Amino acid sequence: MSTVELIGADPGWLIAVKGVLIFVICVVATLLSIWAERRIVARMQVRVGPNRVGKFGLLQSLADGVKLALKEDLIPKAADRIVFVIAPIISATTCFMAFAVIPMTGKVHLFGHTTAMQLTDLPVGVLYVLAIASVGVYGIVLAGWSSGSTYPLLGGLRSSAQVISYEVAMGLSLVAVFIYSGSMSTSAIIDAQDKWWFGVVLFPSFIIYVISMVGETNRAPFDLAEAEGELVGGFHTEYSSLKFALFFLAEYVNMVSVSALATTLFLGGYHALPGLGFTEAWLGGWFTLVWFFAKVILFFFLFVWLRGTLPRLRYDQFMQFGWKVLIPVSLLWIMIVSTLRVLSQQGASRFVIVAFTFGVLLLIFSATSLFERNKEKTKKENAESLKAFPAPSFPVPSLTGSINNGTEEIHG
Amino acid sequence: MHNIFALSAQLQIGNTATPEAVQFWILAPLAVLAALGMLLVKKAVHSALLLAWVMVTLAIFYIAQGALFLGIVQVVVYTGAVMMLFLFILMLVGVDSSDSLVENIKGQRPAAITAAIGIAGLLLSLIGRATLNHPATGVESINANGNVQGLANELFTKYVWAFEVVSALLITAALGAMVLAHSQKVKSRTSQRDLSIARFRGDSLATAAGLPGSGIYALHNAVDVPALGPDGLPAQASVSRVLEARGDMISSTPFELNKIEEEEK
Repeated sequence: MSTVELIGADPGWLIAVKGVLIFVICVVATLLSIWAERRIVARMQVRVGPNRVGKFGLLQSLADGVKLALKEDLIPKAADRIVFVIAPIISATTCFMAFAVIPMTGKVHLFGHTTAMQLTDLPVGVLYVLAIASVGVYGIVLAGWSSGSTYPLLGGLRSSAQVISYEVAMGLSLVAVFIYSGSMSTSAIIDAQDKWWFGVVLFPSFIIYVISMVGETNRAPFDLAEAEGELVGGFHTEYSSLKFALFFLAEYVNMVSVSALATTLFLGGYHALPGLGFTEAWLGGWFTLVWFFAKVILFFFLFVWLRGTLPRLRYDQFMQFGWKVLIPVSLLWIMIVSTLRVLSQQGASRFVIVAFTFGVLLLIFSATSLFERNKEKTKKENAESLKAFPAPSFPVPSLTGSINNGTEEIHG
Repeated sequence: MHNIFALSAQLQIGNTATPEAVQFWILAPLAVLAALGMLLVKKAVHSALLLAWVMVTLAIFYIAQGALFLGIVQVVVYTGAVMMLFLFILMLVGVDSSDSLVENIKGQRPAAITAAIGIAGLLLSLIGRATLNHPATGVESINANGNVQGLANELFTKYVWAFEVVSALLITAALGAMVLAHSQKVKSRTSQRDLSIARFRGDSLATAAGLPGSGIYALHNAVDVPALGPDGLPAQASVSRVLEARGDMISSTPFELNKIEEEEK
């Protein structure tokens, strides 16, 4: 029985139970991931991190949440009141909706019913996630506009431009997956990965998706929409109390759901690591949940690692990277993938396929070597152009033995 | 998903299935209200939002009628991309700016009226065919091999020519927009590299590490107090030129360090 039929047979109350479970999982994941992020970043920066509230500081985010909720709720005078209230609600509701099509386990028994931990299985499930994500951006853009001040507006503008450009790259990275699995349904894509994960077969798509997923969730190094150093927090500068908490929640749930989508599309979803397939039958199938969350946590750790390592990109560099690198590369990659796919479907001989792959590799190598040569040439030219200027002299500390030499060359 | 297919199988002209009827009578009035509101509200952003809401309700109707792919794509393309660009421009232009009512392209009005009549005719003929019991192919027969597969089959076999023509039109429009928006640069943009060279290979190294911050070495660190240089003189470059022009700059002499030293003695 396929997942569609399994889920289709669910009674109404079971669907409701699953909906509540998804909500609970997302909220608990948020609480834990905020704690984990703070601890991991602290470790990377040789600090301790929150360790006072509860064992290992585990309850820190809960305490912070309560504090946030009890704070005074301010609405600026210049704000557009209705939109100001709607914006965080849009953000927080859409981020949960994306989780509805993510398969978290295979076939399991829940309250006497055979089902799968997936709320619904749309034939266009992945497109549905993209649609929900694009509605979610409204939250950020409207928050920026309705606050009625400069920094939030700039944050909102940056975010809309960012999401429009990175959603293109993200959509293109998914095309290769659709071509290989022959479906846009999340469960069918997982079934298509029973031999090889798409993260291996379609490695370039995987890389492009991972980059654009960081851009999509407004996380470092792509957090231009809320750049603290430049925009005082960007789109949520004017928000306080529960409304701010909703944005906070939305950011982390979004991280979890894009990680879950990456797991589903590229890392075989709830399936075990290759060679450990026997574990999938443990606990009546529920053990697959462990595999699913292990992979999601892997992506989450990547998010935190990036935040701890990379500085924020400059805006023009960021846009250039999106439009001039990511999109052309993914277009080229889609051409290659679809040619290979058609070749193998039309029963071309192995020799043709190998020759085609070899030709593509040769082209890529020649292009990159040309590019490298060009780079060296410009480097030389730059060095030549520098000679036109006199070399500056800097104040240097005096060396031992020649005491009076040091201060002579001070300029300016 | 199954529910939707079951629903669309029950669905026949004249007897709409109950859940769909309930959904229609809740969402349709809301959509009409939003559409009217879009025309009547004052702020451009509000009307853009109401339009986005109309598009989302349309998408829900499509999905309820079995056109799943169309519904989702409606949200991705119209709500996600087109309306977002609209909002982007509205925000860039500013809230208070009013529309210019001067027509600078001639013949736009008759063209718009012709197009409106054409679309009205199309809609009327379609609704007429549906309500006058004209034999129509049901959704279930089209969706027999799956909604997406059926759509792809139609698009890439029967309508492939129309598809290509439309895509050529869109590419032309995009190129046109790029040509119109493109402006020839008189001189090349100063890059970060140029600025850096200018800082270090210029006459003086005084500002090589950036301008001095306000208030440094004085006993006051407000933005309107100039910093004191190592020579004890106020550094004018440390205060924003805007403040200087406005006459909002305070002299840093009362905050000089040596004063305190004297007092302590």
